[in-house]
Amino acid sequence: MNKVILSITLISMGLIISCGGGDTTAPNAAETAVTEAPKADPKGIGAITSVTLTDPMEQSMIASGKAIYEMKCSACHKLDGMRVVGPGFSGITNRRRPEWVMNMITNTEVMLEKDPAAQALLEECLMRMPNQNLSTGDARDVLEFMRKNDEDTAGKKDGAVNS
Amino acid sequence: MKKSSFFQLGTAVAAAVVIGLFPGCKPKAPGQVGVGDAATKTYVAPGQYDEFYNIVSGGFNGQMSVVGLPSGRVFRIVPVFSVNPESGYGYSEESKAMLNTSFGFVPWDDLHHIALSTTKGEHDGRWAFGNANNTPRVARVDLTTFETTEIIELPNSGGNHSSPFITENSEYVVASSRFSVPIGTDAQRDVPINTYKENFKGTVSFISVDTEGGMKLAFQLVAPPVNFDLARSGKGKSHGWFFFSCYNTEAAYSLLEVNASQKDKDYIMALNWKKAEEYIKEGKGTMTKARYAHNKMDHHSFTATSTILEEVLQLDPSVLKDIIYFIPCPKSPHGCDVDPSGEYIVGSGKLAAQIPVFSFTKLMKAIEDKDFEGDYAGHPVVRYESALHGIVEKPGLGPLHTEFDGKGNAYTSMFVSSEVVKWDIATLQVLDRIPTYYSVGHICIPGGPTAKPHGKYLIAYNKITKDRYLPTGPELCHAAQLYDISGDKMKLLLDFPTIGEPHYAEALPASLIKDKQVTFYKLEENTHPYAAKGEGEAKVVRKGKEIHVYMTSIRSHFSPDNIEGVKIGDEVYFHVTNLEQDWDVPHGFAIRGAKTAETLIMPGATQTLKWVPERVGVVPFYCTDFCSALHQEMQGYIRISPANSNVELKYSLGETSPQ
Repeated sequence: MNKVILSITLISMGLIISCGGGDTTAPNAAETAVTEAPKADPKGIGAITSVTLTDPMEQSMIASGKAIYEMKCSACHKLDGMRVVGPGFSGITNRRRPEWVMNMITNTEVMLEKDPAAQALLEECLMRMPNQNLSTGDARDVLEFMRKNDEDTAGKKDGAVNS
Repeated sequence: MKKSSFFQLGTAVAAAVVIGLFPGCKPKAPGQVGVGDAATKTYVAPGQYDEFYNIVSGGFNGQMSVVGLPSGRVFRIVPVFSVNPESGYGYSEESKAMLNTSFGFVPWDDLHHIALSTTKGEHDGRWAFGNANNTPRVARVDLTTFETTEIIELPNSGGNHSSPFITENSEYVVASSRFSVPIGTDAQRDVPINTYKENFKGTVSFISVDTEGGMKLAFQLVAPPVNFDLARSGKGKSHGWFFFSCYNTEAAYSLLEVNASQKDKDYIMALNWKKAEEYIKEGKGTMTKARYAHNKMDHHSFTATSTILEEVLQLDPSVLKDIIYFIPCPKSPHGCDVDPSGEYIVGSGKLAAQIPVFSFTKLMKAIEDKDFEGDYAGHPVVRYESALHGIVEKPGLGPLHTEFDGKGNAYTSMFVSSEVVKWDIATLQVLDRIPTYYSVGHICIPGGPTAKPHGKYLIAYNKITKDRYLPTGPELCHAAQLYDISGDKMKLLLDFPTIGEPHYAEALPASLIKDKQVTFYKLEENTHPYAAKGEGEAKVVRKGKEIHVYMTSIRSHFSPDNIEGVKIGDEVYFHVTNLEQDWDVPHGFAIRGAKTAETLIMPGATQTLKWVPERVGVVPFYCTDFCSALHQEMQGYIRISPANSNVELKYSLGETSPQ
């Protein structure tokens, strides 16, 4: 962890040094990165801009989401809060908006490049989340399964829906 | 410094002049460098794609290589007839059956020629076929996966050189025998070698190809005991016919170097395969006992099956008339190439100093008029002059192979005089010549054998490199040379080394296949009986002495990664399923002491490595294909106990508490 902090510090120093360069006309990469640093969108980045959640939850979607989870996600994400390769799923709908979750699943590469929350997770886990090529429908089913999992393991779901 | 470059330039100019004056002489010096803007013409900038895929035979390595043009960069080696420890092809439990034959498991062969599938005579980018010269087989490589998906063995063939050649719409892949042998029952085959003329036979096999690529040995013609060398299908107006170069019409069976070079002329055999089909419809074929393997890879179970087939439908053209005709062709013809229109058939007598070009129209007329000059083994021999369009005079020495650019020009490789000669098909005039370094064999123009050549480049595959590259001991690299043929004059652009010994190659525009690539296999469609589709299905099961490990891999761990309770005397099958669902994320699996190879598992696939532990202890296994920042952590342990131990079978992932 110390190493991570150290490298972040070094990177920040690098940015400051580059920015201090002054009178160059062409903007260099670091400046571009700084000026264009996106504001964190709680919905993340991708095609999913709004998700309609139903209550009670859709049982068939939960079942489908569970099957997809077991095949393609369970190797890295556990259902409790423990991080193994990636973060544990428990409480995810209380931490992230549903759009963010679905964008992370379906637009993985871009999220890891540009979304500050996804980048922070990458720095923590040091493993780029693989794109498991889930369709939007698959991702929605997985989300429904996550909601059910939150209800079962965290006692509460959809806590971040309006964050 | 300046002096030395002057000197080099001088040498190059001198060499060019000498070559120009004496086209028959083999160049003695390293020769000219590429001219002018050659570097920019072959430079493919970082991140840019090549314009053409070049599918190149590997000769004695039994593989195909996939090369980009114009850069000459090698992308991939596709194992076809040879085991490949890099991927586990031929070693994994699933792929072993691909190399099964009627002789058993044959893990090597000599792959000489490539035939790309065509529709209406044009490249369609579906499959690449290749031949096994030694233990006769034809393979099909799927160009969406670049994997060998099917291999069919050819019975009654002594050696499969004249193969594979494809008809206009990929109706058939045709393979004929280089070595004639006695065929039939054991008694018919156990004959003195000096009864060659009476007892030996050549065969021409027609393998039908269905819309999915599936191959079937449709029928086989029993031919006189010539050596079939190369062939081409007719196209356009000559669709329905096939043309084969034949040598050793002397029927020699010893010291062929001398004894098969006696006659002034051998033959091109013209075969009317539509007529052969008619005879088959009329029930005139004979189902004959044979024994050959047919192997197919299933891309859902990732498992090959091998079926031994027991009979083949044979046609005897000595009884069934009007199927084959012979055309005299000088001096042991090697290449037999048909121009894009299908009208002209170029026979390249490898010991000749001229190139005869036959006309399909004239051939048909000669056959119709029964304008024959005799017979060969009971088959009509068409009068040479009657079928001849004309002769390319003094093209060079030792013509071998001819390709076409679609602009009315033919290009012929000259082995003995080490050059490529460009000539006009209609006028037969030599237009240009350029040296090769050295001893060129096959040549390739993108689309060169098709009805619609793509032109632009010509690649020469040379047999000798001598002084062209940094030496590497007694064995030097084989190599290719790339020429620009877009202008009136051919220009040498690039030398590049090749994999194995390239014989024939084909090239096609990248746009035909680039966007059709399979990027990963869907886990949902994986039907492998030992697949673990999700970590929840990972387990270890004992079946008597067999231990089946249903293992998963994903960046960057195996599950399970701790296994105990395996004993000496057990056979362990690691069935590894790659759970990744993204492009370019294979995982590897290797374990200490495995006497086979590693196995490489594509995303969504399952592959099995069998391992028989022989020593007690704890043995590590690991991922061999760098997969992530934590690749070096992707490992596990299996504990091997003595045969009589009572250690309970168990497996786990992520358990850290002491026992």
